[in-house]
Amino acid sequence: MTVTATRRLRPRSRIRESVFERSAPYVYVAPFFLLFAVFGLFPMAFTFVISLFDWNPIGTKTFIGFENFTTLFSDPRFWNAAGNTLSIWIMSTVPQLIIALGLAHLLHFARLRFANFFRMSLLVPYITSVAATAIVFAQLFDTHYGLINWVLTLIGGSPVNWLAGQLSSQFVIAVMVIWRWSGYTTLLYLAGLQSIPKEMYEAASVDGASGWRQFTSITIPSLRPIIIFTIITSTIGGLQIFTEPLLVNSTGGLTCGAGRQCQTLTLYLYEQAFGDYKFGYGAAIGVALFIMVVVIAAINFALSTRMKGSRS
Amino acid sequence: MTGTTAELTATADVSPATPDSGRRDRVRGRRGRIGKVSWWVYGILLLAAAGSIFPLYWMFVVASTNSAAASQMPPRVIPGGNFAHMVGVVFSTVPFAQSILNSVIIAGVVACGQAVLCALAGFAFAKLQFRGRNALFVTVLLTMTVPAQLSIIPQYMIISSFNWVDSLQGVIFPALASAFGIFWMRQHLASTMDDELMGAARIDGASSWQIFWRIAFPIVRPAAFVLGLLGFVASWNDFLWPFIVLKSPENYTVQIAIQALQKSYTVNLGLAMTGSFLATIPLLLVFFFVGRRLVAGIMDGAFKG
Repeated sequence: MTVTATRRLRPRSRIRESVFERSAPYVYVAPFFLLFAVFGLFPMAFTFVISLFDWNPIGTKTFIGFENFTTLFSDPRFWNAAGNTLSIWIMSTVPQLIIALGLAHLLHFARLRFANFFRMSLLVPYITSVAATAIVFAQLFDTHYGLINWVLTLIGGSPVNWLAGQLSSQFVIAVMVIWRWSGYTTLLYLAGLQSIPKEMYEAASVDGASGWRQFTSITIPSLRPIIIFTIITSTIGGLQIFTEPLLVNSTGGLTCGAGRQCQTLTLYLYEQAFGDYKFGYGAAIGVALFIMVVVIAAINFALSTRMKGSRS
Repeated sequence: MTGTTAELTATADVSPATPDSGRRDRVRGRRGRIGKVSWWVYGILLLAAAGSIFPLYWMFVVASTNSAAASQMPPRVIPGGNFAHMVGVVFSTVPFAQSILNSVIIAGVVACGQAVLCALAGFAFAKLQFRGRNALFVTVLLTMTVPAQLSIIPQYMIISSFNWVDSLQGVIFPALASAFGIFWMRQHLASTMDDELMGAARIDGASSWQIFWRIAFPIVRPAAFVLGLLGFVASWNDFLWPFIVLKSPENYTVQIAIQALQKSYTVNLGLAMTGSFLATIPLLLVFFFVGRRLVAGIMDGAFKG
């Protein structure tokens, strides 16, 4: 319809213009899709191909079927890394979401003063790089010179060698993730809260509902979609954790310490692919990581739809 | 995933967090729970704010004390006068000035490139009719859920076949195509630009390029700015990919440079902390000037992303 209008106005260049106009949308999406195909889609698909090979980037490439995967399943270092990744993910995600919910609930007072100051300062960790975060927290948790151990001895405890133990080194990493992402998640939840009609809270307080009651019966149910969203994004992000375990231990290297106590899947992938030049085996680790993300996201999704079903 | 997205976008029209509506709300009384704010609410929020800022302060404390003071017990909690000296040591240990320049180039190009490419493609997805539109858009959405690290091995092979290993373009190009950015720009264009406006411009004989450049882009410039800002922060702070691609110290970004500094951690306790602090200052400056828009953008994006 609009095309005919254009034609009537500019009869001369009619044909050339209509061809140009029809192809214009493709021209607009082309730069994106070209880059996307070369650096996004193709590598994604090709990972699965490489995982079926014994692939040395500077040597031979031999097709070996699923041998990388059978090796992977009996590789204790892989299961160690998978377990570490899962435990860091849980230790960091659960507290992070709870802290963010609580802070968003407190920031949601209409008459809160300095609201902008609080919001901005909560976002400072988000603009601090993961590398800088890891370095400063490694220093805070240092066995001999760290502030945390100093406080511990002050209140009568004894210094902890945080990075030596499996659980304690993962705890340090989880603290970094919580510190860096809680403020960001708080803002997402606060945005969700602000879309809840004010009248709901007004009615609730007229009915005499306490702050806690308002939190459990208005705040949480209204935020359900955005909570699911943050769980999914923190699953995708959390399972890929790499920089924190690499830098938390300045002498730990790619294994995050001699006992691989905090080596994550991505760190193990990097060690195999770029440390030992086993591209095929590294790709297989990548595929395993992908399957883990899909399975956990599916479980999340199923749980949250069931929750929704039982509620309504 | 698509179900969640639909639910989130359904609420997009009541999204309050654009800068304009924020100002209006302050005048009319802000959204939120009514009632008096108790002192303990301020107490908890102050504690959270202090906890958010403290590690940065601590970086500066350690960076400004000399090694002996940094390793003494109890630790010093007041900055010393050694910061200038430590900065000198950082700059003489690694080519840090070059690293800052590299980071500025990479993050700057990625931010501008993402904003323009995504605005253009987002416009096509939101406002133009073409065959394969929905299939292409669903492809973009699906890849957002795939962990990026799945692809690093083939990505490295592609970069190396272009001879881009150890070069800035090897870091820049893979970061330009942001699936999130397309999604973000499409949602903004779909919700802010009227179809009648499109129709009117068409009747006046405007080509789709003129419509994009004269009408659509000015409308979504604030959203494109926030997207660029998010791209800048992400690119500045990115570690894994530059760590894989960049090999020689003169090509390092600041993040890789502070990792190199950390290796000399045993020699000088404060060196990595000084580097970390220096690496954060540029973003703190950016944040100081446009932090409010970043906050508003992230809150706005809660409904779109």
